[in-house]
Amino acid sequence: MTAKQLSVFIENRRGRLGEVLKVLKDNNVNILSMSLADTTEYGLLRLIVNAPDHGRDVLLSAGFSSMITDILIVKVPHVAGSLQEILTIVAENNIDIEYMYGLSVEANDATIVVKTNELKRACEVLKKNKIDTMTEEEIEAL
Amino acid sequence: MIWSKNETLSRAEMEALQLERLKETVFRVYEKVEPYRRKMDEAGIKPEDITSLSDLSRLPFVTKQDLRDNYPFGLFAVPKTDLLRIHASSGTTGKPTVVGYTKGDMDTWTECVSRIACAGGASAEDVAQICFGYGMFTGALGLHYGLENIGATIVPSSTGNSEKQIMYMKDFGTTLLVATPSYALRLAEVAREIGVDPKTDLNVKIGLVGSELLTDAMREEMHRCWGDDMLITSNYGMSELMGPGVSGECEYMCGMHINEDFFIPEIINPETGEVLPEGEWGELVITCIKKEALPLIRYRTRDITRLHYEKCKCGRTTVRMENLSGRSDDMLKIRGVNVFPSQIEEVVLSVDGLGPHYEIVVERDGYADKLTIRVELATATDSFKELERIEKEIKSKLRVVLGLDAKIQLESPNTLARFEGKAKRVRDLRNGV
Repeated sequence: MTAKQLSVFIENRRGRLGEVLKVLKDNNVNILSMSLADTTEYGLLRLIVNAPDHGRDVLLSAGFSSMITDILIVKVPHVAGSLQEILTIVAENNIDIEYMYGLSVEANDATIVVKTNELKRACEVLKKNKIDTMTEEEIEAL
Repeated sequence: MIWSKNETLSRAEMEALQLERLKETVFRVYEKVEPYRRKMDEAGIKPEDITSLSDLSRLPFVTKQDLRDNYPFGLFAVPKTDLLRIHASSGTTGKPTVVGYTKGDMDTWTECVSRIACAGGASAEDVAQICFGYGMFTGALGLHYGLENIGATIVPSSTGNSEKQIMYMKDFGTTLLVATPSYALRLAEVAREIGVDPKTDLNVKIGLVGSELLTDAMREEMHRCWGDDMLITSNYGMSELMGPGVSGECEYMCGMHINEDFFIPEIINPETGEVLPEGEWGELVITCIKKEALPLIRYRTRDITRLHYEKCKCGRTTVRMENLSGRSDDMLKIRGVNVFPSQIEEVVLSVDGLGPHYEIVVERDGYADKLTIRVELATATDSFKELERIEKEIKSKLRVVLGLDAKIQLESPNTLARFEGKAKRVRDLRNGV
């Protein structure tokens, strides 16, 4: 099952990240996880939030270049080597990962956010290997 | 529709009319305008020496500096009491340039703009919304009188309050828009923000744009915003010569037809002042041959263009000036390379994923010039690859067009300034270039 990520373009200028966060706060959008990748000039802020569509709408009307990206949120058992096992399966099936970052949900369970250009096939591969993913509804309920 | 039979004269008829009017103007100016008489005396030429159109090139030039030196009325050929109107340029540096109109000049102006409006597709059926700033600027009132003269319904909404402008367009059924190209794009943007699609919810079918360069890319962008069936023509003028009405495009869009029975154009080498042969690029010089208050002779416009004399498909025989490649005043010299902002605009508009707004920043970095182009993202992305593609594409296109490396600064939508009048796209932060 895929889930939604909120992606925002931000210029590398003092206070710019704070402006994005203020818009989300003022509109009651809660951030569950984030990743910020940057070059010297700009960055892409990637967020898992409780209400991604609403988040995108309020950011767009505040003048930010933002969009929804479909990603996978994969449950990873809290055991050494489990992430590596998952990645091995993904690689063996010739699926490339564009980027990934962690999303901590509960003390006993870990999850990672994964972006790949072959979402559908990745879903099938994970399912076949009995690796759980989280649904949009589960994220919303967090 | 062709407004006046003078737009279809044979070359011989036109030249005869021009010569007659030129002679009359030179005599009058020599008699009434002391600073120009001095120039002619210094050049050793008398009014009676003008016996053919080719003698025009013997007359001295008039420049913007001459207007400033004789501020406010020193180059006028009529007493102040004969004036019906005074306009002035903004004069961002130093004194403004002041221009005046007699009753006859007002009639000439109205006639010239009527022709240009007709060439651009306007008729008595149109509801014309004039989104140029009313006031000392000649643009708004010039178009106003010309469009009124052909029987169009005028909505003199001026600039500003863009949301209300859209409401007028919708409620009054505006069919014709007068604006700068950049303001026309801004209006489309505002319309979409308030849920109005200019293509389907409005009925604007004609755009008469001016006071800024209209590049092909800008025209395409206007079509994208306002609809493919909109007839978008550019027109040209400057307050020193009269205001709008000097020239304008017809539906074939192959250059702007000059109202030659009022204005004689020449193309010169801007450095040497020498007149260039037909078809060559150079600075446009205009001689006003039917003006009463301010009949400028061989006025240097600083605009770079070239002339085409072949008859146009529209039936007009008047000479056409190509859409400007730039204003020699706007030309930037960056690392020794001549750069027109319009060249950069063409590049920005040709890259997918960018909005039509941009800013050119030139700075001094040690001994070198640093060029930065600020552009706005039009479509959101989650991919660095895409952002890099945009940057690389602008950079490599600029390298091809200008031979210069530029830094590209990507911005969020609506970050760059929007303009209602002439857009200010260049920030030159170098001192004492």
